[in-house]
Amino acid sequence: MAEAALQLIDLHKRFGATPIIRGVKLEVTRGERHAVIGPNGAGKSTLFNLISGRFPASSGQIKLNGEDITGLPPYVINRRGLSRSFQVTNIFPRMSVFENIRCGVLWSLGYRYSFWQRVASARDASERADLILQQINLASRRDTPAGVLSYAEQRALEIGITIAGGAEVILLDEPTAGMSRSETEHAVALIRRVSEGKTLLIVEHDMSVVFNLADRISVLVYGEIIATGTPEAIRANAEVQKAYLGSAAEEASHA
Amino acid sequence: MTGGALPGAPTARAHWLLWGGGAVILAVLPLVFSSGASLTMMSLMGFAIIFALSYNMLLGQTGMLSFGHAVYYGLGGFMTAHALNVVGAGRLPVPLPVMPLVGGLAGLTFAVIFGWVSTKRAGTAFAMISLGIGELVAACSLILRGFFGGEGGISTSRTKTLAVFGLNFGPQIQMYYLIAAWCLLCVGAMYAITRTPLGRMCNAVRDNPERAEFVGYSTQMVRFLVFCLSGFFAGVAGGLAAMHYEIVTSSMVGAAPSGFVLLMTYIGGVAFFIGPIIGAVLMTALQISLSDYTGAWQLYVGVMFVLVVMYAPWGLGGLILMHQPLLAGRTLRRVAPAYALVALPVAMIAGGAIALVETAHRLLVNLTEGTAMHVLGVSFDAKSPLAWAVIVVLLVAGVWLLQRMSPRVSAAYHDALQAARAAKGS
Repeated sequence: MAEAALQLIDLHKRFGATPIIRGVKLEVTRGERHAVIGPNGAGKSTLFNLISGRFPASSGQIKLNGEDITGLPPYVINRRGLSRSFQVTNIFPRMSVFENIRCGVLWSLGYRYSFWQRVASARDASERADLILQQINLASRRDTPAGVLSYAEQRALEIGITIAGGAEVILLDEPTAGMSRSETEHAVALIRRVSEGKTLLIVEHDMSVVFNLADRISVLVYGEIIATGTPEAIRANAEVQKAYLGSAAEEASHA
Repeated sequence: MTGGALPGAPTARAHWLLWGGGAVILAVLPLVFSSGASLTMMSLMGFAIIFALSYNMLLGQTGMLSFGHAVYYGLGGFMTAHALNVVGAGRLPVPLPVMPLVGGLAGLTFAVIFGWVSTKRAGTAFAMISLGIGELVAACSLILRGFFGGEGGISTSRTKTLAVFGLNFGPQIQMYYLIAAWCLLCVGAMYAITRTPLGRMCNAVRDNPERAEFVGYSTQMVRFLVFCLSGFFAGVAGGLAAMHYEIVTSSMVGAAPSGFVLLMTYIGGVAFFIGPIIGAVLMTALQISLSDYTGAWQLYVGVMFVLVVMYAPWGLGGLILMHQPLLAGRTLRRVAPAYALVALPVAMIAGGAIALVETAHRLLVNLTEGTAMHVLGVSFDAKSPLAWAVIVVLLVAGVWLLQRMSPRVSAAYHDALQAARAAKGS
């Protein structure tokens, strides 16, 4: 069996005495698109924050490509090849769109903390940033300050920054939240494009997006994963129906 | 507007023109302002510019508010003074022009030590730690008399070093050119740093530290590195100051210069690279010339700071640069009538306020000089009811007029801006 790209082993997170994540076990296979769904307050965003190093786990283990990354700071996890986006847009609002992407590129191309070379002469960084801009359809907004972009454009930029460093494992936290139907369709096409050949873990509320995009789905309820399987298996799973999906799955299957 | 860039994205040719022009101006200035007093003032401006720009690497570029930046400036100064004395006593073959490097390395060394502690935190915690370190070093400067020279400070002489090309740097004009050269060098270096990967990531850490962590950068390391670089340039400024004054005292590492560099930088404008240069030039000029005219000069500086914080948060540099699009779009003259109109109430308020401050200062502090006043070319008696009535009328009428006219000024500005953009678009 191929080694899992991402592996969560009996992961726990408590805030004070309140358990939020209660023994999550999950294996994300290399190259798959894996969605995490669940009702509000199930702990989906907390799970992402644990994996990406934003919060420390209370107990348990997180493995990236078989290596333990539990307790590492976010920047080290990012350098090891895991990158994430945020549910609330998290960009550099005063910088241009191009510079936002370039910030995401610099470390991965080895520029580190250099203060002895001009960033403008870092051709490979500029070229990669421009390539990403084309992928996310923001090439025409290249020199616009990111803070004045429309909401959907900022969400695309958020994804652009996330993939800019070329991470092999990508976590997207509700990438289509707050988007109109046509914007969502564009976003799904974009996600499909940029996650080609990579491992994707996505939290999403929009069931049509989830069933459209995911190879496998995990259902998180009250901090525990109650089921993992293909979209068909999840749709057919009685426990999932009972616990959460109900009408949402019906809707998606009729859509 | 991103922090590190000059407006209008200058091309390589424009860059050379800019730096070449700067060098020519620095070279020609002493021919225009040749008096001893102006040479001294321009020398002070030279190292004030370096000091303020080094401070803005922290505040404007990286969003780090330091209350103790004079530590690196002052220690750079002390180290340079001691080094000058060693070199002078031993007749070591070290020429004066390289001595600011001693200050820079001292600033760098102490920035590495103190920065390792203080840059572990950002925001308010960093500001508090910088305040604590500032107080710590200021206290040490009074205790460690051997190094800091107690109340008398450390005297030195810049003329006892190895002479190069027959220059001994005794005359102020030679010292001015040495400071000007270092100033140009440091300004160029600090500008270049804003355009490196570290410089860009400083801005990223300032704007969104969390996101910076998730693109692979340790915000703590970014803060630490820029703190060290900033300490180096502050130390160079301190070294030049020590060479200029030929004496350094414990006040150089204290809270006063730490506060003054914050004022200079902020009044000039933290969001633009040239802001601190404007602030350093202006505040040095005010500090020197105002103190000749009035004992209340610090009050004026403080009021100016408050006004800038409240009404021009982008600083004077921001006020100037917001007219650049108008200049480019050739619509600058459209704002002239409104500005001329508003000049009257501004002059009334300024005149009234100055008269109020000076009269009050005379009555409360300097009564021994008598009550006969001479302010802004007008002679009056400090206790005369008429004078006080005029002051009140000037202030009240000025404020009233300003309130009525200010909407017109901003309307005129926005019209001109729209027209400039339209002209650019067509």
